[in-house]
Amino acid sequence: MGCDAAGVIAAIRSAAAVVDAHRDELVNLDREIGDADHGENLKRGFTAVVSKLDAAGDTPGAVLKVVASTLISTVGGAAGPLYGTAFLRAAAKLGTAVAVTPGSVVDALEAALEGVVARGKAEPGDKTMVDALTPAVAAARAAPGSVADVLRAAADAADQGARDTVPLVARKGRASYLGERSAGHMDPGARSTALLLRAFAEAAS
Amino acid sequence: MIGLVLVSHSARLAEGLAELAGQMAPDVRILPAGGLADGTLGTDFDAVSAAVDRAESGDGVALLYDLGSAKMTAELAVEMLGDPSRAVVVDAPFVEGAVAAAVAAQGGGDLDTVSRAAVAAGAVAPDAATGTETGTEFTLTNDVGLHARPAALLARTVAELDAEVTVRFGEKQANAASVLALMGLGAHGGDTVSVSATGPDAAEAVRRVDDLVARGFDE
Repeated sequence: MGCDAAGVIAAIRSAAAVVDAHRDELVNLDREIGDADHGENLKRGFTAVVSKLDAAGDTPGAVLKVVASTLISTVGGAAGPLYGTAFLRAAAKLGTAVAVTPGSVVDALEAALEGVVARGKAEPGDKTMVDALTPAVAAARAAPGSVADVLRAAADAADQGARDTVPLVARKGRASYLGERSAGHMDPGARSTALLLRAFAEAAS
Repeated sequence: MIGLVLVSHSARLAEGLAELAGQMAPDVRILPAGGLADGTLGTDFDAVSAAVDRAESGDGVALLYDLGSAKMTAELAVEMLGDPSRAVVVDAPFVEGAVAAAVAAQGGGDLDTVSRAAVAAGAVAPDAATGTETGTEFTLTNDVGLHARPAALLARTVAELDAEVTVRFGEKQANAASVLALMGLGAHGGDTVSVSATGPDAAEAVRRVDDLVARGFDE
């Protein structure tokens, strides 16, 4: 992809397609430890996002801001404000730059993580999307190379982070009501975070 | 006057609570923001933002919420306001907090006072065995006893003071900052309740309650 607004729009379209393809998987993960709506909610949100992309703006930050406000208004549940905050903070970090760079992508990912942590008050180990996003930011920060290289490192780390949520006992969100019974299942939010980062990485390659 | 926005996953819960709190605070703008546009359960960011706009009359808005993601939606709505200092998300029990906030707003409290009233509504009544305590007994001379309006008046009176006030009736006790807890005592006209208070303003709190009872709660 290019690193300008058109490239970011293409990456968001890829993410929407991935969310669509993995809807049932996310629903099933959420059925085990939540209320079974994560896949459908994200699909609804990204479908709405795609319908707005053509007029989303001419900078990466402007595009991500449209993504944020659309997700906030359409996803519902906890994922709406959390993903909305993530894209909003990333958009603010990118500002009015006309293209992203490896460095600005890392900064945007870090701002997204800080936003999610501030909004959801979750820490690593709580069995949430923070468990995918935290290692992703660290890996992105350590990865040399292009935007694609940075995003690939982030996606790889997020995949591992999501897998690492399986044995954890949830301490935040709906799954925390299950206590010990939440162990043995992958967190749906961590999984969707890993899926989105993988989609961005592949769009950038 | 401070406005209130009640953010709930359920439209009926938000509307019912707005009705309940509104009965004790007729002049306060209390906006329910519950459920999704299609009538299902969830929190709707656009509805919450619109409610904040309509609740604002120039002095600020306090938002109360039911469950976790309602809190996040409320916080996001505040973050995206032009001036986030005009609104605050209050960590308080939804029902008790909304009623206490409404009463405090009706009494002319500022945003900080209204928020603190909501938070205090969730406080557990102090243990009678601890602290220096002052108190006395009163026989309620008004007809309805500690029903909604007198309970709201009593809560508002003690909320202004630095004191933890407990009202006991028979086996039950209530934090006087909580309108619903006071109503839950079920004390009617002619019943005798005991009032005790701790804290720097304890004596003044008991004196003011004495005054309220003597005036028959202005009925």
